Amino acid sequence: MRLAGQACLIIALGCAIYGMLASLYGARSGRREWVASGRRAVYAMAGSTAVAFVILEAAFERSDFGFALVASHSSTTTPTFFRLTAMWSSQEGSLLLWLLLLGTWSSIILFATRAKLRMLAPYATAILMGFGTFFASLLVFAESPFGASPVKPAEGVGLEPLLRDPLMMIHPPMLYSGYTLFTIPFAFAAAALITRRVDAEWIRSTRPFTLGAWALLGFGIVLGARWSYHELGWGGYWAWDPVENASLMPWLTGTAFLHSVMIQERRGMLKIWNVSLVLATGVLAVLGTFLVRSGILNSIHAFGASTLGVPFLLLIGGMIALSIYLVVTRAPILRSEHRLDALLSREAIFLLNNLVLVGLAFVVFWGTFFPLISEAVTGTQSSVGPPWFDKYIVPLALILVLLTGIGPVIAWRRASAAGLRKHLLVPAVAGAVVVGAVLALGVRGSTTALILFGLAGFVAAVVAQEFAQGLRARRAVASEAIPVALVSLVRRNRRRYGGYLVHLGVMVLFVGVAGSSSFQNIHDSRLSPGQSARVGSYTFTYVKPTSQLHAASNGRLERISFGAVLRVQRDGKPAQLITTTKDYFPSQDPSLGPVSRFFEGEATSEVGLKQGIGRDIWSAINPDTSRMRAKIEQGDKVFEKAGDQLTPEQANAFLAEALRGLTAGYTDNPPPATFRFLISPLVTWIWVGAFVILFGALIAIWPSPRGMARAVSAIYAARVGREVRVPV
Amino acid sequence: MDLLLVVVVLGVVVFVIAGPLRPGRAREEDLALEAERAELEAAKEAKYREIRDADLDHRTGKLSDADWRAQDRALRAEAVELLRRLDRLP
Repeated sequence: MRLAGQACLIIALGCAIYGMLASLYGARSGRREWVASGRRAVYAMAGSTAVAFVILEAAFERSDFGFALVASHSSTTTPTFFRLTAMWSSQEGSLLLWLLLLGTWSSIILFATRAKLRMLAPYATAILMGFGTFFASLLVFAESPFGASPVKPAEGVGLEPLLRDPLMMIHPPMLYSGYTLFTIPFAFAAAALITRRVDAEWIRSTRPFTLGAWALLGFGIVLGARWSYHELGWGGYWAWDPVENASLMPWLTGTAFLHSVMIQERRGMLKIWNVSLVLATGVLAVLGTFLVRSGILNSIHAFGASTLGVPFLLLIGGMIALSIYLVVTRAPILRSEHRLDALLSREAIFLLNNLVLVGLAFVVFWGTFFPLISEAVTGTQSSVGPPWFDKYIVPLALILVLLTGIGPVIAWRRASAAGLRKHLLVPAVAGAVVVGAVLALGVRGSTTALILFGLAGFVAAVVAQEFAQGLRARRAVASEAIPVALVSLVRRNRRRYGGYLVHLGVMVLFVGVAGSSSFQNIHDSRLSPGQSARVGSYTFTYVKPTSQLHAASNGRLERISFGAVLRVQRDGKPAQLITTTKDYFPSQDPSLGPVSRFFEGEATSEVGLKQGIGRDIWSAINPDTSRMRAKIEQGDKVFEKAGDQLTPEQANAFLAEALRGLTAGYTDNPPPATFRFLISPLVTWIWVGAFVILFGALIAIWPSPRGMARAVSAIYAARVGREVRVPV
Repeated sequence: MDLLLVVVVLGVVVFVIAGPLRPGRAREEDLALEAERAELEAAKEAKYREIRDADLDHRTGKLSDADWRAQDRALRAEAVELLRRLDRLP
């Protein structure tokens, strides 16, 4: 089926090129049938890409090692879930996923707007198909996922050990959904500029996609952080790594856009700012893909260093040039229809919030590309670390949190100082109470965290107050029971109350970040069994070593693990046992001896983790295998001497025997092991916050029932209609 | 099998894409007028939403009676203007 898969990609490429040209021809000539045909080419591209995707998935599922990609990224012993998701651990597979998602989202928006936005849609289609052409070309000409294995191997290499984690297999589709969804507002914004239709209609039609992009990208970022926390063995979840940063930048500018676009919808203001933001977000989304795939910057996440740098740079350069050209040439029609009524207004707060978010994005951009900038200027590549980021990010983040609290309580257009004071009083008191409570609990040592906790209390109180006031207002007009009134309130004002929940989730997440980064207790120790280490008020005791040889169901030796059982005790409290191991996967390097291979390949950490709402207890072991070196070399020599006299089954059996000898030796006479122990307060709240954000975003995205939207419009139409008869 | 699948995919693709190009499907439309109407409709809906939000801000105490009355009057005047522009379209 390789040829069928490759043919489907060629068909997808043909559809993309046709869709681009037919849409442009239809738009220029005014022939709607060509526009419709171009739109259908998008559906066809999505369909043929889906067939190629299914063919490749089927090859992974049945372990067809005639596909080079399957042989190099899967094996018969890889569990089914990982076999089905192994595709996007490869460069080719992830590009195919990009194209599939792009085709899917493009089809949905173009189908939804087939009777609307008829001047813009052909140009948006052409731009989306421009992306389609780019990615399909890469798949057809440079990185085909349907290449054949030169010799069909009996067994595949298997999935990269670090990626054998359910979260890591969901994380890329989430990120890529975010990236591809951000191309939708990019394409429609560019189309609006091309056609000079810069009103609010395209914003309204693409809003669910922008919100969806924002939510999925954000959730994907947190999934990546969680993977880093429990899989990488260093104890952190965010390292200001270039690939992490690349995903954060479009999320920040997308957040700014989602706020400032409300001002354009209401007042016809900030049009230049908004189109610039959404165009920049689209460029940054492609830049994110580029950074993961090009290997231009060193990253623990850049699994596919490759030669795709030049094509991606050309695409990004083209997007930037198009964006600048359109914004500059359309500047006269992007003038604001109104001016800011008052500095004390929600518009002004949103403007400030935008400046802070763009400032954050700029800091991240500068820090990420500093190695390239420094190399260009000085000839030496140097990078900036977390302290550099913290220096700028922390104060900006605190200002952002403050604005998150003020924004919801301030009225649009013009607010009174007295009204604002009245609405800020209770939240301000709540913030002060939180600070007092934290100090009373004896928490000291980080002024930044203390300020953030206070601000988080302030924002949480604002959200609670907003819900309470909304409920009161709803019950005053509808006399409903509280739960019914709450549901009605949210259903009728999804964007508002969904947004408030997102604010609450962001605060919960920030509390987790502040608590875990400011008050974490980290300690590295080298211990022998029976020895203990003190970390804060906790005592970690190395109880006993563990070791195991893992074989797959077909008898293939998969990995060898060395670990430890630890007892963790806090003053006067019952002890808890946790286990941590380090897994060693065999290298594929044929120059290494069969035994050595197990110690020279990839190694992953299985952290010992006890999660709690107050703190996480985290540990990771780094076993000392140097004592085994002599035995490992001895084992290699035995196999070398045996040469080809052993059948594969005999060789496997002898190798298993040798490795069992090593594991038994490790537990019988354990060497000291190095441990990292971590007590990380509040870290669980990061993951809780992410779910609250996702829930809030879903509420905001969910469309209102058509009947309800019409009824609401009808009420206000009737009110306004009364005035049409009376000259105003 | 490969060939059959490719032929089926190609056939479906050509059928889907060529559909609108078959004779008798073309329609003459005034796109500029349609876009103008859609633009005003979008602006009208946004204005209604603004009136509703001002209402909610007033009921939740964020806007004083006087501020709300002034804002509501201005918003309704803007909405009326949009309705008049919609009425003027052919």
